[in-house]
Amino acid sequence: MMEPLTDISTVQPTAMLLPLTFLLPLAGTLILAFSRGRLSYRASATLGTASVGLAALATALIALNFASGDAGQLTLWTWIAVGDFQPGISLALDGLSLTMLGVITGVGFFIHLFAAWYMRGEDGITRFYTYMNLFVFSMVLLVLGDNLLLLFLGWEGVGLCSYLLIGYYYTHSANGWAGFKAFIITRIGDVFLAIGMFLLFSRLGTLNIAEILELAPRAWQSGDTVVELAAFLLLGGALGKSAQLPLHTWLADAMAGPTPVSALIHAATMVTAGVYLIARMHGIFELAPAALYATGVIGALTLLMAGFAALAQTDIKRVLAYSTMSQIGYMFLALGVGAYDTAIFHLMTHAFFKALLFLSAGAVIISCHHEQDMRRLGGLWRTLPLAYMGFVVGGAALAALPLVSAGFYSKDAILWQALAADQQGLLAAGLIGALLTSLYTLRLIIATFHGPAKSDSARRAEAGRGLAHGLPLCVLAILSTFIGAWITPPLAGVLPASPGENATAGHGALELIAAAVALAGMALGVWVFSLHRGWLTLADAGLGAWLWRLWHRAWGFDALFDRTLVRPYRGAVRLLKSDVFDGVFRLLAWCMRLVHRGLSRTQTGKLRGYAVTMVMGATLILLSLALVFQGT
Amino acid sequence: MMLVWLIVIPFAGGLLCWQAERFGGRATRLIALATMLCELLMALYLWLQLDFALPGAGGSAPQWAMEYRLPWIERFGIDFHLALDGLSLVLIALTGFLGVLAVLCSWQEIVRRIGFFHLNLLWILGGVVGVFLAIDLFLFFFFWELMLVPMYFLIALWGHSGSQGSTRIGAAVKFFIYTQASGLLMLVAILGLVFAHHANTGEYSFSYAVLKETALSPVLAFWLMLGFFIAFAVKLPVVPFHGWLPNAHAQAPTAGSVDLAGILLKTAAYGMLRFALPLFPEASQAFAPVAMGLGLLGIFYGAVLACGQQDVKRFIAYTSIAHMGFVLIGIYAGTELALQGVVVLMVAHAFSAAGLFILSGQLYERLHTRQIGQMGGLWGRLGSMPGIYLFFIAASLGMPATANFVGEFMVLFGTFAIAPWTVALASVGLVLAAVYSLMLMQRVHYGPAQSEAPLRGLDAREFCMLLGLAALILWLGLYPQPLLDTTDAAMGDIHRLFDAQSPLMPEAR
Amino acid sequence: MNGIPMEHGLVLAGVLFTLGLGGLMFRRNMIFVLMSLEVMLNAAGLAFIVAGTGWQQPEGQVMFLLVITLAAAEASVGLALLIQLYHRFKTLNLDVASRMRG
Repeated sequence: MMEPLTDISTVQPTAMLLPLTFLLPLAGTLILAFSRGRLSYRASATLGTASVGLAALATALIALNFASGDAGQLTLWTWIAVGDFQPGISLALDGLSLTMLGVITGVGFFIHLFAAWYMRGEDGITRFYTYMNLFVFSMVLLVLGDNLLLLFLGWEGVGLCSYLLIGYYYTHSANGWAGFKAFIITRIGDVFLAIGMFLLFSRLGTLNIAEILELAPRAWQSGDTVVELAAFLLLGGALGKSAQLPLHTWLADAMAGPTPVSALIHAATMVTAGVYLIARMHGIFELAPAALYATGVIGALTLLMAGFAALAQTDIKRVLAYSTMSQIGYMFLALGVGAYDTAIFHLMTHAFFKALLFLSAGAVIISCHHEQDMRRLGGLWRTLPLAYMGFVVGGAALAALPLVSAGFYSKDAILWQALAADQQGLLAAGLIGALLTSLYTLRLIIATFHGPAKSDSARRAEAGRGLAHGLPLCVLAILSTFIGAWITPPLAGVLPASPGENATAGHGALELIAAAVALAGMALGVWVFSLHRGWLTLADAGLGAWLWRLWHRAWGFDALFDRTLVRPYRGAVRLLKSDVFDGVFRLLAWCMRLVHRGLSRTQTGKLRGYAVTMVMGATLILLSLALVFQGT
Repeated sequence: MMLVWLIVIPFAGGLLCWQAERFGGRATRLIALATMLCELLMALYLWLQLDFALPGAGGSAPQWAMEYRLPWIERFGIDFHLALDGLSLVLIALTGFLGVLAVLCSWQEIVRRIGFFHLNLLWILGGVVGVFLAIDLFLFFFFWELMLVPMYFLIALWGHSGSQGSTRIGAAVKFFIYTQASGLLMLVAILGLVFAHHANTGEYSFSYAVLKETALSPVLAFWLMLGFFIAFAVKLPVVPFHGWLPNAHAQAPTAGSVDLAGILLKTAAYGMLRFALPLFPEASQAFAPVAMGLGLLGIFYGAVLACGQQDVKRFIAYTSIAHMGFVLIGIYAGTELALQGVVVLMVAHAFSAAGLFILSGQLYERLHTRQIGQMGGLWGRLGSMPGIYLFFIAASLGMPATANFVGEFMVLFGTFAIAPWTVALASVGLVLAAVYSLMLMQRVHYGPAQSEAPLRGLDAREFCMLLGLAALILWLGLYPQPLLDTTDAAMGDIHRLFDAQSPLMPEAR
Repeated sequence: MNGIPMEHGLVLAGVLFTLGLGGLMFRRNMIFVLMSLEVMLNAAGLAFIVAGTGWQQPEGQVMFLLVITLAAAEASVGLALLIQLYHRFKTLNLDVASRMRG
């Protein structure tokens, strides 16, 4: 299904522009990093934003050319060459990578722009933009790499940037540890990915993705143990990066970073890398039905788990974080039923509306003097109209408001594919998830913007001004409506056909049901959280309180990992701290010293003692000689 | 003759430094610097001039790119026999480079007995170069022992006193006993091999090429191999024999730590690649599972222990143990990819560990402590140093685009076909690498600042040293091909020797 | 020259040697220790003489001459040490000179 990629080094505009998409952010990184604090705030922000903006421009030009259909690959140089092992620094351009490229540079640019407003008055803006540009660079390499090793380079690079940006406010240790946690947990996933790479290379002799997809069906039957193993390993990598069960615990803590970071890395781009990986390696997953099914089930479980958890959060950003997990769960669900293009479509719309939601949340947080607890906000819709607009439009897309929102089209497509693939269980999970989504979205909007202002910071809110603040919100808001859904990712021919491609039976009915569920959820949300707040007292006692606590702690996975991984490791560290093996040698040295002490005690310094010893020794020797020779 | 000069220059330079002390410290340092630069340039010149490709793919004898031979003790067949191939050249160039760094990083640290310090420093490097060049086993042993003595003095005389007054002497003694005992074990193994050869042919010879052809009974070969292995294992270090390393690293002056981590550990890997494997391919093949198991143990043990350390330099020392675990696994996997990975990893670790040790030394110069507990929140107080620190941390945890990543992954890719489970477990070590590396970063640089007073930033000398290291790490991480091409022939040779002994092993890729 | 069997002479030498040894082991006064040493040396010399006479060989007497020389040298060194001991410690008790204790 995938044709061997042609060399596009002669296709002039594309060949020139493609490297620019990552070289420009890299240049931005390097200039900022080596400025050693000599750049002004304005210069840093301009440079950081402009590099990504130019990359976005290059992407747009490539996309324009792409209509003529020149998918292909471009080798810059051979990275390592030993025998068969020949991964190159080479890029592959096709519909999928172009879609991702567009999301990364496009949404990335607006987020960079917004950050120029958000980060006013913060220290170390140069550092911030250095990391952000480095992130864009890595992310672009991740999606453009034509072999798994280069993909892994980007994969780890984004992880590092995520770590650095979560710990951006380094003076609070907790932020650093949150970044640490994020890095370690995703690294666990990365190890699975790495082992998957080893396995694929050892069996197929290549790391080139196109070649792997071509060779895999020849090497393996569907359901072969090895290919199942490989698919599960790749899935493990995707789970870590995309914060899916059970490697999801890092994402909520990752909200310690500045809000634009959450928007860019922990909502729009990096966390969707897992979806990209599975879509990219679809040929392996097609051969591994069990792994594919597991993908769908994990997606479904995650979307439910995160949906419930989002209901019980009090921090705006944590609600959004859990909603991100849940939406990525939808994408995994779509992947699990074999609807790769639908997953990518939802990835794109999700990038728009989730970035919008995070940026609006950022606007609220800055306007309310870094207050992000919704119990202390409220009544902001009048003072912060732009942020309110962002939340309403983004929330509508998140909750899949029928017809007018982008989210409706993509989420509806996912549910439809689940039905078409005859996966009733996954479909049901998706519908329940939709209800939950509507509920927590309404709760978020109502608690933040309606009702009385519940603290001084909310009462003294000042609306943001300026182009850097307004433009990103407006553009992303437009993209979050049905207009965004008009953008069709150019995925034809890249990904295999979805199960629902040619079927129509029941599509209309399902659309109605999905719309009804979303609307019902919203109505219920308004009813419970605004009109009849008495229901909320249920959460104060008994089972309600227990559930609230459970969901607030996101089903207690943190405690579980703490008990099963962190504490045993700490125990091992404490146990081995004194270096047991070295202890053996120290014991030897100690014995020697003991012997030394014993022997040196015989050295009394008294002449007579020596004489006695000598005589006794001589007598002993003579006696034993006598005994021996007596026999002969 | 060039090879002799490579050895003579550091020794002569050392003597010159010793005498130059009467003209002041600056002259001494400049002479030392010039000596090491000369060494480095000669190595680079050789790199450009010589051809390291193997003439014929089927050739069994390694073709040296350059050779020098002078009879020494003819009665026992001992020659002054030096030879150079890609592997030794790379390591000699590394020695020269780290030598320059070692001189530079002690520019302000060492103020007492400057002449004698540089004498010792240069003699270590001379001994190491000798180890990398000697292919007469007696000569090899001679240089192997020779490099210990100056190192002992370096730790004992210029070491940092630890929390208890006498620990630097203790560390030096421990270092000496470990390496000396293991060296004697190697001597026994060498003599055993020579006598076995004598029993076969009636001639004494210490020559590498001759002894390689010696027919040995499997049992004898195994015991002799074990003698070599343990000698190198102590130096690498492999886990049960690592006890000297943390102490020696922690107490040594910065230049000593840089040399220890950067070069002295590599002599052990070099010894395995040059002697233990080619001399006893069958026995090594049989021993490989055990060696890989020890490598795994090292990876985990070093990682776990690193997390428990309070002293920055001890911390880095334990991470070295973990990294050397990968090296050991790669060596005994024996595939070409893994062996090439070992070379990259050795070089990469030399750079990254040297960088971290230099940074620790610079931190010590500013804070006068190496206790992690007394650091924290340094990010805002040190100018650009934390950013560079971050880079070396990233290198140490094997971030892609650094040389460490290339090395580790080549080793793992190369080993997977031989021992998939070992590789799977070793990959878990990558998580632990992230744990300890980031933990160090977190504890040293993040968190609330202990004081607001800004500390002195990096001066030009320090900045250039670190930037040079960083650039090399990136270069090897993105384009390691020049290095791989240089060692290709040498590694391919070892691979063929090793692989010929494994009819049961699956075809290694 | 016969009459006294060789065994008697050897037994006498043995007894003398044992007495000297006992003195060496049990006396603290350095003078007595030196005297015991002399007795032991002379006992050995006596054994040489007796044996040399018994077997009609000159080597016994030659050895005795050597022993005497040795004894003289030993006595001079020993007495010098004795004077030093007394000088340092104002006593002839050997046990006070135990600086060499390990």
